[in-house]
Amino acid sequence: MNLSRPLVIALKELRQLRRDRLTMAMMIALPIIQLLLFGYAINNDVRHIPTVIYDQDRSASSRDLAQSLRATGFYDLVGQAESYADVDRALRSSTAKVAVIIPTSFERDLVRHHPTTVRLVLDGSDPQTVASATNTAASLIAARSGRLLIERMAASGLAPYEPIRLEPSTWYNPDLRTAIYIVPGLVGVILTMTMVMLTAMAIARERERGTLEQLIVSPVKSVELIIGKILPFIVIGYLQMTLILLLGRFVFDVPVVGSLPLLYLLSLLFIAANLALGLFFSTLAQTQQQAMQMSFFFILPNILLSGFMFPFEAMPQPAQWIAEALPLTHFLRVVRGIVLRGAGLDDLTQEAWQMAAILGVLVLLASLRFRKKLG
Amino acid sequence: MTAPDPRPLVIETHGLSRRFGALVAVRDLDLAVHRGEIFGVLGPNGAGKSTTIRMLCGILDPTEGRGTVIGYDIAKDPEAVKARIGYMTQRFSLYEDLTVLENLSFYAGIYGVPRKVRKARIAEVLDKTGLVKRKHQLAGTLSGGWKQRVALASATIHEPPLLFLDEPTAGVDPVSRREFWEQIHELSAKGTTILVTTHYMDEAERCHRLAFIFRGTLLDVGTPEEIVARRNLRVAELSVPTTADAVAAAAALRALPAVEEVAHFGHLLRVATRGGVDPEALVNATLSTSHITIERIRAARPTVEDAFVSMVRDDGDPSRHAASVGTREGAS
Repeated sequence: MNLSRPLVIALKELRQLRRDRLTMAMMIALPIIQLLLFGYAINNDVRHIPTVIYDQDRSASSRDLAQSLRATGFYDLVGQAESYADVDRALRSSTAKVAVIIPTSFERDLVRHHPTTVRLVLDGSDPQTVASATNTAASLIAARSGRLLIERMAASGLAPYEPIRLEPSTWYNPDLRTAIYIVPGLVGVILTMTMVMLTAMAIARERERGTLEQLIVSPVKSVELIIGKILPFIVIGYLQMTLILLLGRFVFDVPVVGSLPLLYLLSLLFIAANLALGLFFSTLAQTQQQAMQMSFFFILPNILLSGFMFPFEAMPQPAQWIAEALPLTHFLRVVRGIVLRGAGLDDLTQEAWQMAAILGVLVLLASLRFRKKLG
Repeated sequence: MTAPDPRPLVIETHGLSRRFGALVAVRDLDLAVHRGEIFGVLGPNGAGKSTTIRMLCGILDPTEGRGTVIGYDIAKDPEAVKARIGYMTQRFSLYEDLTVLENLSFYAGIYGVPRKVRKARIAEVLDKTGLVKRKHQLAGTLSGGWKQRVALASATIHEPPLLFLDEPTAGVDPVSRREFWEQIHELSAKGTTILVTTHYMDEAERCHRLAFIFRGTLLDVGTPEEIVARRNLRVAELSVPTTADAVAAAAALRALPAVEEVAHFGHLLRVATRGGVDPEALVNATLSTSHITIERIRAARPTVEDAFVSMVRDDGDPSRHAASVGTREGAS
């Protein structure tokens, strides 16, 4: 292998890239726009659910309950229902997603120490809202019931106590901010998008314009061509990654807890795997357009299955198997581990090996297909 | 027949064939090209010219037969072949978003032109091709003729002893074509061997030797003069009063077995006969019976094009094959 040839090719790629303003702009704008979009827009905890109250009791106690529901921040009161028909209409027209129905005997039952029932009617067409609305109401009611029991114990002369208390302490992201979860993941998503697409298109472009044939006739070896082609993209990949981490740090206040050198080192496996995949796509595509389509076809399942947006554990087993084959799934664990939890190499050995194995398979596939022959 | 060429062989193939599935693109090709020759490969589109060049360049494996280029086996040692040849296609494979200079230095780097001489070498080709003033222009903004010059400069930046040109003048204006061929002859005079495919017949006549390929098969090899002579054609050009006369005359002449080819343009006709038959006498006799006046008639030199058309006809019509047997010798 001639060492200067990959450099000659890399220099050529950089020169072409410099003149391709649109691609350049895309590579810089894409991470920024995605970061802002995902960072601000994605929010998995559902708050401010429009709610109607059908208060049949109209007592101090029922108003107090309604008030404390609203105080949680999860329920926005959009109206008072006067009948079941009102409740029905509110849910059907989607003015409300939740209806709280407080029975006529509410205050009387509380005073007499009789059990009473508050009903929660939910619009099930959006399951995430249902879960959030139910859980919040359930814990509010449970706490209120507990307090009433304690009061009653005290009133009857018993020493009041709480049998079991839960003391949750959330590490690494105590405020449960979604941005903390999304920003490191975005590093992986952006790298997948740009690395796969740029490599696939860079080679498809040479095929489309006939310059690939000129290279195939030259003494350039496949490996020299591949290295020269991907070298500039590795640099671009690292630049994008740095850009996202910096923005994450200063815009979304996402600090890097672990070792940056380790993150950059392990990222090389991931970047290389994506480049190899892009190269493989480029051997299948005859035109840049096809290369682009294939890249998009690949990127979508990555975003859906890798655990970037939806919890990996919630997926059915077969989907998890597919996800395990995607480099992004493993990289997300690595990048979240290092950035959020300060994980070290010994915590991430398994993921590193799995990424290396995927890289090996992809390089093999790409080099089997990428032969310096026509026909 | 010419005397055996004393110059060493640069290209030599024996029974070279290439199939694509059921299609035989090149069949049983025997070629021998000597150092410093301008060797033209002629044939209609789809005849197998590009397939042949690609096999000789080591980028397409032959399915049968073997070939050596500059002493290296094209199937076993394609990389050694690639390092020693220049290659230029009709597509002028330039990077349109790079400048002329950047294109040249890219190919100089790819072909391993030593760093010390690279600058001087690039300056030399820029000067020789008249590109100095345009060296900072993007290749994509050049006209066809200038692109062709850059493509030739790129293909010869490493001073290859053998140059493959695959339809290098497609889509280029006549003046640029002429200048291009002058450069080709200069290269050849300095000892560069050139294999060029074309379907321009005027270009064919500028080659030292020609090979005719049709449907993947080699029909004839030799100097343009030899090829024309072997067909034993005679040609007359005449004019008649009207275009209608020309159409009628062409129909009458085409019916004659001795007539190889009649072409008419307006009220001009060009008649080729085979087997040494005198075309002027034949035309005079035929047209006088059809009562068509001949305004002017004169003998003309048969061209490579006449020979080519005649050869392609023979190949398409087996009954005429007997007339052309014995043209295959001189293949080396």
